[in-house]
Order: sequence, then structure tokens, then C-alpha cells
Amino acid sequence: MSRALMAGLGALMVALFAASLLIGPAGLAPVQALSALIWGDALAETLVMREIRLPRAILAALVGAALGLAGAAMQGYLRNPLAEPGLIGVSGSAALGAVLALQTGLAAAHVLALPFAALAGAVLAVLIILALAGPRGGSITLILAGIAVSALAGALTSLVLNLSSNPFAASEIVFWMMGSLQDRAMTHVWLAAPFIMLGALVLLAQGRKFDALTLGEDAAASMGVHLGRLRLALVLGVASMVGAATAVAGAIGFVGLVVPHILRPLVGARPSALLPASALGGAVLVLMADIAVRVILPTRDLKLGVLTALVGAPLFLHLIYKTRAQGQL
Amino acid sequence: MMLAAPGQLVSISRISHDPNVSVMLEEAQRYPINFGQGEEVFRLNPDLVLAGAFTSPYTVGLLRRLGIEVAQLPIAHTLETIPDNIREVGRLLGREAEAEALIVQFSADLARLRANRDHAPRAALHYANNYTSGENSLAHDILTAAGFTNIAAEAGLSGGGNLAMERLIMLMPDLVISGQPYPGASRSEEVLGHPAMERLREGHAAHALADAEWVCGTPAVLRAIARLTTLHERG
Repeated sequence: MSRALMAGLGALMVALFAASLLIGPAGLAPVQALSALIWGDALAETLVMREIRLPRAILAALVGAALGLAGAAMQGYLRNPLAEPGLIGVSGSAALGAVLALQTGLAAAHVLALPFAALAGAVLAVLIILALAGPRGGSITLILAGIAVSALAGALTSLVLNLSSNPFAASEIVFWMMGSLQDRAMTHVWLAAPFIMLGALVLLAQGRKFDALTLGEDAAASMGVHLGRLRLALVLGVASMVGAATAVAGAIGFVGLVVPHILRPLVGARPSALLPASALGGAVLVLMADIAVRVILPTRDLKLGVLTALVGAPLFLHLIYKTRAQGQL
Repeated sequence: MMLAAPGQLVSISRISHDPNVSVMLEEAQRYPINFGQGEEVFRLNPDLVLAGAFTSPYTVGLLRRLGIEVAQLPIAHTLETIPDNIREVGRLLGREAEAEALIVQFSADLARLRANRDHAPRAALHYANNYTSGENSLAHDILTAAGFTNIAAEAGLSGGGNLAMERLIMLMPDLVISGQPYPGASRSEEVLGHPAMERLREGHAAHALADAEWVCGTPAVLRAIARLTTLHERG
């Protein structure tokens, strides 16, 4: 079951990746577009394919995978389906870190300042959430802590952008809150990819420990799971992935909520199977959203977070309702 | 500032001190600036306030109710409307003769720059957020006066608007004129240095910067046209 699911998701991701490469305002014919991408035969077409569409498609897949996997991991650790990097303020704090690095000039002075600042923001948020929500991650404290962290990070991000000497900065508050992949470049791919890969490796390696944790902390500890180490891996893995993704694409919410929720019943609720499936599922979702923003409003920069929230927010309400009905809230 | 008599000008807009858009920065440093707020302008107790067409209607209404004469000047969308605006400011300031002299000078300089050219290279204006100017805009007039054709007009754009970077590249301009970035960072301006645009400039197109002289309908646009004309003649 799980293997067929992974193959299906993989195939879907490849198809969407190809579609993402072939859809754009320049209206290139598919054959011509692919030949320009691979052989680099015509200057204009090659520039469009290699420098504009390829980085956009790669980033959509990377960012989606990061958000899906981070959501599944946080839910596995806290054993709470409502834990999602965007909702609990991890993405927002990463955006604050990124904005600070950009506006203080650190990002211009050193290439790695941007992802590291975003990562630092994300680490801080994960630590606050874990400290407040406690090891078992009660839903109410988790959501309330998330609201507070999100609100504070959002307010500080707006403040920094409004104080900027650049007249365009203030209008970009919506980018940092909603996320977009418009006009990203290969430089952004090289910036984000290493951090996302590293975080993914760290989190995917914890699959068995998350499985053990479903039986409870004591049972997991008796099976040899070192909870402190698992916690450290979670903090660093999630922060690394969400930080890098947010630094280049802004805060895109609900991906880490929707994807694990849909896939969980299909993998038999085993975290070790859910983690890789959520990575692929996240890539599929963000690729779809990024194609949709170009099809719906080709000339405007419609934000990705708008679409993911339209899908995710009703689902979030449904999950709260269900959690309450089970008497866990 | 070009027309007023000494002592006639008591305060100027804050944007006159912004090097990205002000063409008379040095002269402007001599005058105190205001931020266009009703209260501070009223305190200066002027006989006349010159406002733009986009100045907040509430501020304009407030000043008028307080008994101050406010004249709103239209934005110059073409080179042809610049003399009209000069004449209007001259009339308001009681400096008609100076205004007429400036108009004669401006028209003569413009006619001299508008020499006929046998070929018209294609230019693209590229500002933050992929903003560009098509037909019926001052920037378009500056381009055509210097002997270039505007690719935004080819793409069917009238006035200002956004042209996706993909489309701009597919139109393969011979010259890319980019906006000057402001201090501080912004995502909107990242497109100006996007690798695709850099490759385009390395492989195909010449590059120039659009600065303060492009922004407003004043005789300073002639300097922008003159610099473009030199670029045109060189290549």
C-alpha cells in the first residue's frame, strides 16, 4: 500500500513539475520550451526556461517537501494533528529572521546570513512552542502559544519593513505573510536546497523513533528512544527546513497541516511511512498551488498562501471540531 | 524652483530631497521641506500651495477650507504637456516672462535632440516589480524622442503596467533601461538584478539606468534624452 502510494505521489510530482515548466506568460510551445531547456539553443527561450521557470519549479517542489515533512514531524513528536509550522508561528518567525537579515544589510554582506537568520528565527519559535506546549502537546496550549508567537512575529516583521528606508519594503509585508515563488532565481535554489536536504535527512532518520513514540513516552523510552536527542533532532530539522523555505518563498501556511492529514489514513498512521509520503505530498500541493496562481491571475502575483489557506483553513476548523468531539481539547 | 523669484518659495515637498527622484537636489537642499500634511502646510501660512493631481483630496480640501489657495497641477504624460505646465506655474507665481523664456529654450532643445534617425533600436524599460511604461507615458516619449522604439508598446501596453519578465525577455530588446534601486533591501527590486536579466544584458542587450530625470515632466527630461541619444549614436 505504502509503496504504491509513494510511486503514485512521485509520478504526480514529476507530472506537475513538467507542467510547472511548461506554463507561463511567455506562451512557449512545449517542444520548443523543452529543447531550449535541455540544449540551450535559442537565447530568449533558454533564459526563460533555465533562469525563470526551472528555479521556480525546483523551489516549489523543495519548499512543498520541506513544509509537508516538517508538519508531519511536528505532529509525530507532539502527537497532535494541529501542529503545523505556519499555524504555530515557526514560519512567521523564520520570516522575521529573514527580513531582519535583509533590512540590516547582513544578507547582502554575507550569502549565508539570510538562511541562517531565518533558521535562527525558526529555532526560537520551535523552542518557545515546545516549552509552552510541553512534551504531550495539549491542543489548547499549542494553539494559543502558536497564535501568540505568530502575532508577535507578524507584528515585528511589519514594523521592520515599515521602518525600512526602501519605499517598496512596506508593500512586501503580504509576501512575507503569504509567500510567493514569482521571479525567483537559481541563486535562491542554491541557498535553500542544502538546508532543506539536511533537515530532511535528520527528520527522515527519526521515523522509527516517532513510531515508538505513538505508544507513549515511557514505552518509547523503554524501547531505547532517547527523548532528548529526538527533541533536538526535531528542533534542528524543522527549523532548518522551514527556515530555508521561508527565507526564499515567504511563509506559506497550511501545507504541513493538509498533506499529513490526507495521507495519514493511507499509510496506516505510521509516522515512519508518513514522513516521506508527506514530503512528496507537500511538493505536489505547492506545485499545484504555484501552477494555479499562474493560471488564475497570470499577470498578477497572487500569493501562494492564499490558495493553501483556502484549502487548509476549512480543514483546520474541521480538525478542531473533531478533536473537541473526542474530548481532547 | 526654476521659476520662483528669490524668497517666493517658503517650503518644498520632502521628495525634492530624495536623490532617486529629485533633479534639483542641490538647489532643493536650500529650502525647508514639508511632508504634505495639512497642519504643517497651514502653519507656514502661504498665499499659494502647489499640489500634484494625486495629492490627498482631504489635505487639499482642508487647506482650501482654511482659506489658502491651492492649485493642482496635472501629471505630464507626454513631452507636449510640459510647456503647458511651465506656463501654468509661471502664471500662478506671476512670473509669466520667465516661464515663456523657459518654454522657448525647452522647445528648441527638444527639437534639436529629435533629429531624424535611420534605424530605431528596441528598448525595454524595466523597473521594480517588472513595472514598465507603454504608450501615453512620459518615459515612452523620452525613448521615442531619442530614436528608440519601446517594446512595452509592442506588447500592447498603454500607460504604466507590469510586463512579466518572461515576456520582456521573449521580446529581446536591444537596450534595457532599469530603474535605480533605493537604499535598503526589497524583493520588488530584486528583479532588476535577476540572473535572467543579467544574462540578457551580457549576451544581447546594452544597459542603462533610469534616474530622477525620467520621473517628472520638467525640462530635466532633456538631459535623459540627450544621454540616450549618445547611446543611440554609439551603437
